[in-house]
Amino acid sequence: MEFDLNEDQKVFRDTTRKLLKKECPAERVRRLMETDTAQDAQLWHLMAEQGWLGLTLPEDFGGLGQGLVELAVIAEEMGRVCLPGGFLSAIFAGALVAEAGNSRQKAAYLEKMASGDLKGTVALLEAEADWNPSAVRLAVERNGEDFVVSGKKLFVPDAQTADVIFCVVRDGESLALLPVAKDAAGVKVTAMPALDATRKLYQVEFENVAIPQAEALGADGNPERALRRAIEVATVTLCAEMVGGMQWVLETAVEYAKTRHQFGKPIGSFQAVQHQCADMLLLTESSRSATLFAAWALTVDDPKAAAAVSIAKAYCSDAFREVCHRGVQVHGGIGFTWEYDLQLYVKRSKASEILFGDATFHREQVAQLVLGER
Amino acid sequence: MDLNLTPAEQQFRDEFRSWLAANLPAPEERPKGTRTELGNVTFLKNWQKTLYAGGWAGISWPKEYGGRGATLVEQAIFQEELAHANAPELIGTIGLSLVGPTIIAMGTEAQKQRYLAPILSGEEIWCQGFSEPNAGSDLASLATKAVRDGDDFVISGQKTWTSFAQMADWCLLLVRTDQEAAKHKGITCLLVDMHLPGIQVRPLRMMSGDSAFNEVFFTEVRVPAAQVLGKVNQGWTTAITALMNERANLGSGLQVIFRRNLDALIERSKTVQRNGKPVCEDPLVRQKLAQAQIELEILGLNTMRALTSLAKTGIPGPEGSISKLFWSEMNQKTQQAAQEILGAYGQLSEFDNGIWAYGYLRSRGNTIEAGTSEIQRNIIAERVLGLPKSY
Repeated sequence: MEFDLNEDQKVFRDTTRKLLKKECPAERVRRLMETDTAQDAQLWHLMAEQGWLGLTLPEDFGGLGQGLVELAVIAEEMGRVCLPGGFLSAIFAGALVAEAGNSRQKAAYLEKMASGDLKGTVALLEAEADWNPSAVRLAVERNGEDFVVSGKKLFVPDAQTADVIFCVVRDGESLALLPVAKDAAGVKVTAMPALDATRKLYQVEFENVAIPQAEALGADGNPERALRRAIEVATVTLCAEMVGGMQWVLETAVEYAKTRHQFGKPIGSFQAVQHQCADMLLLTESSRSATLFAAWALTVDDPKAAAAVSIAKAYCSDAFREVCHRGVQVHGGIGFTWEYDLQLYVKRSKASEILFGDATFHREQVAQLVLGER
Repeated sequence: MDLNLTPAEQQFRDEFRSWLAANLPAPEERPKGTRTELGNVTFLKNWQKTLYAGGWAGISWPKEYGGRGATLVEQAIFQEELAHANAPELIGTIGLSLVGPTIIAMGTEAQKQRYLAPILSGEEIWCQGFSEPNAGSDLASLATKAVRDGDDFVISGQKTWTSFAQMADWCLLLVRTDQEAAKHKGITCLLVDMHLPGIQVRPLRMMSGDSAFNEVFFTEVRVPAAQVLGKVNQGWTTAITALMNERANLGSGLQVIFRRNLDALIERSKTVQRNGKPVCEDPLVRQKLAQAQIELEILGLNTMRALTSLAKTGIPGPEGSISKLFWSEMNQKTQQAAQEILGAYGQLSEFDNGIWAYGYLRSRGNTIEAGTSEIQRNIIAERVLGLPKSY
């Protein structure tokens, strides 16, 4: 039994950290926040060049065939710098094609996704904003050889910069996964401005958009199962990103507590402040344990994988928010200002808490599993 | 990263599991009542003797001192298997996990020859005389004094929260031998025979009704100077060595007990009715059960990570504090959740043999014993995060 990154993974972590520190300083994050899409062509190119966009995609289709622990390693570093843009959407879309696509579809999408030439996102949520795939209601019509979709999806990340939007629709008892070109006729993307400006959300409306049925992903398999698995991959990636965010907030708060003086002493010598920091460490490390385990369990198809993902997301959702709140409290007034970078993480934590289901949602999933209901 | 057991670890587990299956006392052989009752002490000493005869006592000790030189993962497996099998408690646990390793680290050859073997076999039970009425978290301010008189030390004072003192043969005792020196520098560690005249043990009854702890009074107790462990006035170093060993026990056995408890609660939630249906259908109850499950799983994962890290560095470090903080607060939350989930039934002495009422009360001590949560947070802040000392 060994629960630690191996030497290769540690080297990978360190080089990723160094590169992102250089390429994605807070000034760049702030600049991108002010843009419409938070997407930066140069950063995207860098991610493609490093192999990050195809890290876990199969080698036969231009990926590097790595496991989810490696993905968690880089995602944590991305979270540490609060990297803006569509990496997580790329992972979600890539996993969906890898899980649901037939070999023709994989050939058509994955190589281009890994090289950064094709950006994807997944349109899942509707008015109820329920992350459970069985809650999808947007029904598809069949017209000859085509699926025709009319209606709207909400809270779709990075839709404006995506080339292809994988739209989850209801096809009777089953789900269908439709690749829709963002520029296709009848597709309208509208921004949904929200509190975290580093990951933009959109409403996507479809008006009589026709997709050949043969283009739907996973039509000959079990699209819902493939979708659930892709959600799990994306959720673990998000958890790792959240752990990176927690680590930044923890280190920044501890550093501040060592240097900020009141009553003639560093505030970090006061137990009231120390205990906030100790709790932040406990929350961060526990989140990291849960996330690494979920990544490993998904990679080796451990029977506890589905539970592990929900455990990680439930815990990280509460923990990241809690760590940020404590971080602000340790900083005092400056932690509440626009100019101080802590604000980026406070907002990221709130948005990440919601994305792929909050703690309440995932606790319900865990409850179903422990009560033997599924 | 590989969270599966290695073939060697699996073999260790299988070997111990089959040994336990063959040697565990049958339920009807087990005496009822508390461990302090005479029949129980004899039974528990015999159980340790059986473990010793099978080569399963003090497995973490080096082979040259009668142990197995077991790895940390093997020690965790050992604790888990004991708990899984619902084995009787280890009456010699203070000797095995705390006194023995400290004697191995700091003792003279003569002390090792004299004390280690009876600790393993359970012939001699040890207790740990550290805390005092006015020296709890601030242990170094202890006041029990030992005055040199010829070849002896003469001890006077009081210890408290002393587990196993009622049946102990020996005590690892911290005393003040220099009243003038700074508080950390006037402490000596003595190996004291608990049968000496002048020692009086009085059980402390807790709010949960049981008496796991004692007060121990020393009135002019004479102990030969050869009983010093380590050096005179350097007992603080010995104490730290002992405490690190105490906290290095990352609660692998406890986890199994928590697991059994939570499983029982989950099953109970399916039978206790509220609003005409099982409480497990209530969304709030489901949230609480899930949160308990989440924290218990994470406790196990944190433990595995800490074990890996400890195995690499070799020294018990602050991981123990993180683990202690986590499990103690987790158990309090889970016990409170159990009370909410079971409603009026949780308070009853005869509902599920009173385990919920007892568990709730007993859990209040978790954040105090073996270092309060506040002390654990101080240790984390200062030793892991490098914040300046607060006192």
